[in-house]
Amino acid sequence: MTAEYHVPDTALEVREIHKSFGGVQALKGVSFSILKGEVVGLLGDNGAGKSTLVRCISGVHPQDSGEIIINGQEVDIKSPQDARDQGIETVFQDLAVIPNFDVSKNLFLNREILSSNPVLKFFGWLDHKEMNRQSEIALKRLNSRIPSFSEEIKNLSGGQRQAVSIARAVNWGADIVIMDEPTAALGVEQAAQVNNLIKLISSQGIAVLLISHNIQHVMEVCHRAVVLRHGRAAANVRIDDITPDDLVGLITGAKRAA
Amino acid sequence: MTLLSETRSTVFHRILNREYFVYYALILVIVFFAIVLADTAFLSTPNFMNIIRQTTPITVMAVGMTFALAVGHIDLSVGSVVALSALVCSLLVDVVPWPFAVFAGLCAGMLVGLINGVLTEWLKVSSLLITLGSMGVISGVARVITNLESIPVTNDTFTFVFGSGSLGPISVMFIWTLLALVLGWVFLSKTRFGSHLLAVGGNPTASRALGINVVKVKITAMVIAGGAAAMAGMLYAGRLHGARYSLGEADLLTVIAAVAIGGTSLFGGRASVAGAVVGSWLMGVINNGLILWGFSTNEQIIARGLILIVAVAIGVKEDRK
Ligand SMILES: Nc1ncnc2c1ncn2[C@@H]1O[C@H](COP(=O)(O)OP(=O)(O)OP(=O)(O)O)[C@@H](O)[C@H]1O
Ligand SMILES: [Mg+2]
Repeated sequence: MTAEYHVPDTALEVREIHKSFGGVQALKGVSFSILKGEVVGLLGDNGAGKSTLVRCISGVHPQDSGEIIINGQEVDIKSPQDARDQGIETVFQDLAVIPNFDVSKNLFLNREILSSNPVLKFFGWLDHKEMNRQSEIALKRLNSRIPSFSEEIKNLSGGQRQAVSIARAVNWGADIVIMDEPTAALGVEQAAQVNNLIKLISSQGIAVLLISHNIQHVMEVCHRAVVLRHGRAAANVRIDDITPDDLVGLITGAKRAA
Repeated sequence: MTLLSETRSTVFHRILNREYFVYYALILVIVFFAIVLADTAFLSTPNFMNIIRQTTPITVMAVGMTFALAVGHIDLSVGSVVALSALVCSLLVDVVPWPFAVFAGLCAGMLVGLINGVLTEWLKVSSLLITLGSMGVISGVARVITNLESIPVTNDTFTFVFGSGSLGPISVMFIWTLLALVLGWVFLSKTRFGSHLLAVGGNPTASRALGINVVKVKITAMVIAGGAAAMAGMLYAGRLHGARYSLGEADLLTVIAAVAIGGTSLFGGRASVAGAVVGSWLMGVINNGLILWGFSTNEQIIARGLILIVAVAIGVKEDRK
């Protein structure tokens, strides 16, 4: 299991990312990289700039300066669609699902499969059957227990919804999946399910950037941790080389990176 | 099937779902009037065709309003757009070939929808306020350009196609109703475009994050609402052989009540075109029954208001979820 992640290829690199909101400097030059199949924990206190960094990478708002490099090439990400086109999928902090849509409509939102009939296709006619079929495959691949594909998302549990969000992210052959506190709203068992999902997609070669306040989860699923403090990367450590207490120390600033 | 018990839906829940409420309500109301109005022509094919003839403009507006509500907007200007486009069309129809007049009328309505949509996005305020304003402006303009006078229409082809004609026992209005139903239903429920409308209404932030052009989708919905209202204006002009500034003035409440009782959320994300059409029929049947029973328009207005409140009461529990 552990041997697999030593693939030397970098999936994503960020260099000197700066971002300000009016007078607030949320990011003051953040740099780090993620290898293929690696799970990197992005840690930091409230207001450290984690969500801001995620939003730069996923195209919600562009950075003021700095570079985002994917597979060795600098890319210009101006919109969420640009990020998706670059193989970056994001599972947002606030569950980004459409409450009245069923599972398969949520999975295929803005990536719909259209009818093969050219006339119907012209009018954007949806092929619900095919989308349901592929949804089932996608969720099976993630071993998630979803009661029914025709069920509206709002009737599912938090963990099931999160599974749908994650399935949506990985279903499109994403190379990089960013998750902003995917387990924050979940109970113990559902959080464990999501953690298993993260390990599973990482074993499939997908790079994962995981934001979490839960040190235990980070120790369990991450290979590496990047700690943000006051808009800077204060530490970048291998999980195998650090204790949970030291990690907490890095987050609060009680300890400095070696 | 044991897996299903994990979720909150039950068979009971599904039957009492507000999507079906309007169908039960329509049947109940028809049965009720059939009993109390047993000695009148209420329960007859000509009377039902008459109800369709009276109601079609409302039906068409309701389908358009469904699109606006689907994205979380509301269009209060539909009634005034009815008058504007009916007047534009009537002023032109005896001057230029009638299809051009119809086109001009439709364009007027869609233009109002476009302005409503763009202003709402640009100023980032509720469409409720923008369309309340445009309603005032447009109905004022309609009064000014016509000097409060009626504009008669004499073109027989136009009046036949847009409401006065019939094919055997079937009024052309019935065909317009079917067209509105099928077009609205197909686009909202069967196409990618409709899916995006509902997604934007259900969760705009998530829709944006998934790359949907939320602004474009919302503006398009307002253009559709305006276009549908313009179409309704044409149907009034055709049926009444002319237009007047007061056309559509009293329709706003009826339209919103019809759409709401049909299961469309007034807050976006959930919409039913079939429900809106059946809702408009419910309003039409109630109007017709009340008239045959000897009540005046005052009681009809009370009935409309009550229906809107009932619709909101049924819907509110689900919308909060
Ligand atoms: N849209 C915005 N406008 C103004 N200031 C912002 C905006 N977004 C973030 N900030 C500021 O940037 C800083 C970093 O915020 P960010 O949301 O990235 O923190 P975070 O690390 O995700 O915190 P949390 O753990 O609480 O989610 C904060 O000081 C915040 O107030
Ligand atoms: Mg955050």
